[in-house]
Amino acid sequence: MPTTLRRTALYDRHVAAGAKLVEFAGWEMPVQYEGVRQEHTAVRTDVGVFDVSHMGEIETSGPQALELLQRLISNDLARVPVGGAQYGLLCREDGGVLDDLFTYRLEAERWLTVTNAANHEQDLQWWRAHVGELDVQVDDRIDDYAMLAVQGPRARELVQAISDAPLPPRMTAATRRLLGAQMLVCGTGYTGEEGVELLLAPADAPALWDELIRRGAVPAGLAARDTLRLEACYHLYGNDLSSERGPIEAGLGWCCVEDTGFVGSDAVRAVRAAGPRERLVAFAIDGPGIARQGNPIVGGGEVTSGTLSPSLGIGVGLAYVPSEHAPVGTRLQIDVRGKMRPAVVREKPLYRKGS
Amino acid sequence: MSQDGYPDDLLYHPEHDWARIDAEGSDPARPEATLGITWYAQDALGEVVFFEAPAVGTLLVQDAPYAEVESVKAVSDVVAPLSGEIVAVNETLADSPQLINEDPYGDGWMVRIALSDPSERDALMDAEAYFATLGG
Repeated sequence: MPTTLRRTALYDRHVAAGAKLVEFAGWEMPVQYEGVRQEHTAVRTDVGVFDVSHMGEIETSGPQALELLQRLISNDLARVPVGGAQYGLLCREDGGVLDDLFTYRLEAERWLTVTNAANHEQDLQWWRAHVGELDVQVDDRIDDYAMLAVQGPRARELVQAISDAPLPPRMTAATRRLLGAQMLVCGTGYTGEEGVELLLAPADAPALWDELIRRGAVPAGLAARDTLRLEACYHLYGNDLSSERGPIEAGLGWCCVEDTGFVGSDAVRAVRAAGPRERLVAFAIDGPGIARQGNPIVGGGEVTSGTLSPSLGIGVGLAYVPSEHAPVGTRLQIDVRGKMRPAVVREKPLYRKGS
Repeated sequence: MSQDGYPDDLLYHPEHDWARIDAEGSDPARPEATLGITWYAQDALGEVVFFEAPAVGTLLVQDAPYAEVESVKAVSDVVAPLSGEIVAVNETLADSPQLINEDPYGDGWMVRIALSDPSERDALMDAEAYFATLGG
């Protein structure tokens, strides 16, 4: 691998654990350790830990920080109290999606937004291009944070045991000391399980990682992260979200508040009123086979994410289809490299706790 | 990985496929071979979750893909090391594709073919030569 790839603070831990490392958005990241199915199952039934330090962070602060964020992000950040978190989208004027991001309100006038690794630099430029006359400071914080996601039914209990104070509830964030190191603990995740995401100084990450593993967390790689999020029907930017399609098509109208006047809000309002031509649906293959990103759908549309669901044991995925084919139960034919595979539109999420 | 992962009684194709040409049990005028993927191939792919064999009677052409093998993350072509007509397929792989990982040269075999041109074997490598291509 070229030496120009960036490595997280946990690189040595991944190598020692026998991880298979791959290039991902300019980073050398663990795609799997023991095996994707074992890691997936650990998160569904017990607890797993992911190194997601490749994700970027942008800090927005100052008297008009909220004004800038309201202009950039599709959701209504004025509704977020200090300590709260919110999911939203970054859109172009035409409504095309530039990124999907979580924003945490650290203080009244200080916010932290987590970006996708591949989009971080572009997001940062987008932020700075929109500052204009606003009294606001934009800081690139990607080098200041490592990020661990601890996920699974036992995740909160495991992290609680090493925390100096009760963990913040779902969709909120709080500063805590874990093993004596101060960090931002967020009640968020990308797996469909309970858990927390931890943003901390890179220098503190190895000791925390070791302690989480010692307490039984299974190291889990990007491959398991992908199967888990797909079963939970969380969007992956670059697959299910792109600048070619808008939030309404993606089923993300719930995180768009057009009245805030965010960049792209007019386009979103128009599509919401007229109804989208295409919709993102969850599907399951009826029979053998696995559909993959890019597979066309007979009658229009394409698969944007596809895998074998380790929990369900069948091929599943997300696809854009013409709106008339979007109702749950609609039968689809997917062209999987020349073989027609029947599939059925399913309810989201594809996997639900206890199913 | 040691050379032990590559049995001496097999012939190897550079696309990480193996062939075992049967000395007996078949018509000497039209020998048969069993085909599969190598230890290296299954390790690179990770856990195999799907393999669909072509139908008996399908004609394979040396160096051309004849099937696909899929892990959770990726799809990979399976290339024919030799030309011939499929006379049997490993039906157990439909329900137990992990056998390709667990026993790539045994229970993880994929198809059996009647060779159409036994001299094609000259283009294949022995275990030592194949192992050398993997860079140790």
